[in-house]
Amino acid sequence: MVTEAHSEPARAPRDLSNLILSGTGLTLVLLVIVWLGINLEQDPARFFRILLIGVSQGALYALIALGYTLVYGILELINFAHGDVFMLGGMITASIVLQVFSLTENPAFGILIAAFLVSLALSVLGCSLLNATVERIAYKPLRTAPRLAPLITAIGVSFILQNIAILWKGTRPVALPESEFAQGSGHHLFTIGTCPSCVVYTSDRLFVVLVTVPVLLALLWLVRFTRQGKAMRATAQDKDAAAMMGIDVDRTISFTFLVAGGLAGVGGTIFAFYASTIGYSTGFTLGLFAFTAAVLGGIGNLPGAVLGALLIGMIQAFNEGLPWHTPGPAWTQAIVFGILILILVFRPQGLLGEQTPEGS
Amino acid sequence: MGAAAVRFLKAPAAAWKDQSRTVRRVVWAAAILVALLALAGADKLRWAGAGVLIVIAMVLLLWRIVWDGFWPAVDRAGLTEVHTRWSRQSPMAQRAITPVVIAVLVLAIAWAAGVHPDPALLVLLALTYGIYLLPRGVRRFALPLGVLSAAAVYPILIQQTDYQRFLFKLPIFDVFPSMDTMIAMVIFSIMAVGLNMVVGYAGLLDLGFVAFFALGAYVAGWLASPLFAQVDARVGATGVGQGLTGIHFSIWLVLILAGVVTAFSGVIIGFPTLRLRGDYLAIVTLGFGEILPVIARNGDQNGLGFNLTNGPPGINPIDPPGFGNWADQHLGLPANFVLEQGQYVNFRSLIYWSAIGLLLITLFCSIRLRDSRLGRAWIAIREDEIAAAAMGVPLMRTKTYAYASGAFFGGIGGAWFATYIASVFPDQFFFNISVFILSMVILGGMGNVWGVVAGAMLLTYLDREGLSNISGWLNSHALHCDASQTNPSSVISGGCVNAPLVSFGIYGLIIVLVMLFRPYGLFPEQRRKAEFETGVHDTPLQDVTV
Repeated sequence: MVTEAHSEPARAPRDLSNLILSGTGLTLVLLVIVWLGINLEQDPARFFRILLIGVSQGALYALIALGYTLVYGILELINFAHGDVFMLGGMITASIVLQVFSLTENPAFGILIAAFLVSLALSVLGCSLLNATVERIAYKPLRTAPRLAPLITAIGVSFILQNIAILWKGTRPVALPESEFAQGSGHHLFTIGTCPSCVVYTSDRLFVVLVTVPVLLALLWLVRFTRQGKAMRATAQDKDAAAMMGIDVDRTISFTFLVAGGLAGVGGTIFAFYASTIGYSTGFTLGLFAFTAAVLGGIGNLPGAVLGALLIGMIQAFNEGLPWHTPGPAWTQAIVFGILILILVFRPQGLLGEQTPEGS
Repeated sequence: MGAAAVRFLKAPAAAWKDQSRTVRRVVWAAAILVALLALAGADKLRWAGAGVLIVIAMVLLLWRIVWDGFWPAVDRAGLTEVHTRWSRQSPMAQRAITPVVIAVLVLAIAWAAGVHPDPALLVLLALTYGIYLLPRGVRRFALPLGVLSAAAVYPILIQQTDYQRFLFKLPIFDVFPSMDTMIAMVIFSIMAVGLNMVVGYAGLLDLGFVAFFALGAYVAGWLASPLFAQVDARVGATGVGQGLTGIHFSIWLVLILAGVVTAFSGVIIGFPTLRLRGDYLAIVTLGFGEILPVIARNGDQNGLGFNLTNGPPGINPIDPPGFGNWADQHLGLPANFVLEQGQYVNFRSLIYWSAIGLLLITLFCSIRLRDSRLGRAWIAIREDEIAAAAMGVPLMRTKTYAYASGAFFGGIGGAWFATYIASVFPDQFFFNISVFILSMVILGGMGNVWGVVAGAMLLTYLDREGLSNISGWLNSHALHCDASQTNPSSVISGGCVNAPLVSFGIYGLIIVLVMLFRPYGLFPEQRRKAEFETGVHDTPLQDVTV
């Protein structure tokens, strides 16, 4: 409407700039593909090894990214505190593993599984309650406020949660004992090809995928096929109409925050076991990576978030592991945020299209 | 869940909602107080020191009730005559008497609780009261002039070895801030006023302001340091040794260039991103704010063949500022802020006074811009983008100007900060700083420059000294703990608190509380307040999918 109102004479430059924008975007994507191709050609085994790392990483990001995307889809709010809820989930896990089970290096498999399941349950419970409480206290009163108000509040909440972690655990990162679930110390499950140019699959990667995939499927089932999921989708599309159809909008939003928090809790537990160290600031960076993933896939779009997360995980792994002309780990953060910026500039609706009240 | 169970669960909430506002407020206040006492360890809290705090907290929490309920209570007590006599007084007298009554009341309570206010504090109170009593027209000038002259003589007072003779200790906040803190306060004020142009005037949330701070600081590092040793360029540099290569520009030139470079970078960042809607713009600026420090950290191995940022150690030393020999001889300004042989001649005072000068320039520009055609366009965009566009405000250009002007002052603040600490290194620049500056703007009152300056001063003071002073006071007066038994990396240890560790949590709490209860800030701009109270059409422009 507005573009029509004032940009009629400026139509031609607009088209030209659009052309330049999409041209630059395509060139960038092509360059990345060429770079990947050369790397694949140089050392195929290493390429696939790193691809597997990327998939595990991406599965983890998917859990967090889904939380962002669920909340954004329903409230159009970038829940900045989500990454920190995830971090607190990791902290809960660390407490249970260290204080309740008092695990030491390389624990027995049964105890490890028990510790994992108990901490997973408590972390999911804690994170979902925390997330819903935050929504009630900090976001709900601002539902009619100007749009940036809840976003600013969310930043404040993020800092509060980080500092709760400092209060609880201090400023130093908490280390978990090395176990079969820890990155780099898992058992070899199977090997493809002859070593040294082989691809091995280890238990730590399997563990991440083994937990993540059912959770993601359960989420899809919840949103697509249950009554509550229908209410969520209806609320996301149009709150007023949903309320008129008898949906309790506030309750649905709370439920969404519960689900998002639960996903963050699962992610926190997996991260604590997989990375075996977690600090108060872990959630912020990983949260932003996951948010990038959600935007990349199309915010509000559940399969999109998973796709974006896998892509971000792989890009991170490729950047940190490939041999030929790789910027290296020092640049990971810059690259991921660069992708975020590029996506928002070139294709703000993401790869699979955004699904928000305004976007659809 | 059965309907009966839901009703059972909802019954307390409904009962709570049936209570009057006053009752709810009192209960909330009591609950918060109980929580505070429980947190502080009630057994350790001695009445002597804590009494004042409790009374003040009580009054603050219940301020509205005290305020709204005072005269009705008097009426109900049968003293209607007092009320009518009071309302017959002139407005001036009413204005004059109220603060005296409150002050006397608070001081009496403090006295009874065993806290004897310093005589100097009473003098300060009386001075404030004097300014408050002045007629409105005079006060408009007296207040800023008073504050400014107090700020100007401050270094002279504080740098006396026996400054306690001139300046007293404050009750909880202990000694007055040091020069280093004062300089940081002024510099952060400059940056906060810059950010206010973006967030406060134009309503664009910028979460990456630290990028401009960093860029300004690095421009100072590039143009006034021996970093680029392969070139030898000097333009009016002062205090640089003979035979030292590298680019050495006069600091004043550096300041302007830093502003221009950051403003230009603001345009570059803004051009593709400003058409995004508000929350996406916030994220993009955050992304830039995170990328720039990464570039700074890795700029020594950038593949360009030269050292751009010198990596994690950063650029060091940056030339000391000065006005040069000409200004020294003709205007009496110091030729160089640092004497030869590295001896300090009230270096900090000079830096501080120059920073105040820069702040005044920033404030002047900010206010003039706000009242200009451009500033009115910013406010129009903030209030209703679509209406502004329909009235012929060019959205992109206006937003880009807002972004560039904010960046300009961020760059100047950054350059002056780098000059003051004589170095620039990447670990200074984190997302935290962006949020720190943002919370100054939010706390002070978005859009109101005076409020923003006050917010910046307060928060920077708290960050540098205030929080540790307050927790020191708590430890020695309320908790009576042994400070030598504490663990520096945990917040509560050995019965002591270490508040600076959770400083950012406190800023986060400030942000949340301000947004929830006073979204227009402590010192609101009337217009902004009206926007929040009556609401504006706030649907952002849908330009993303074009």
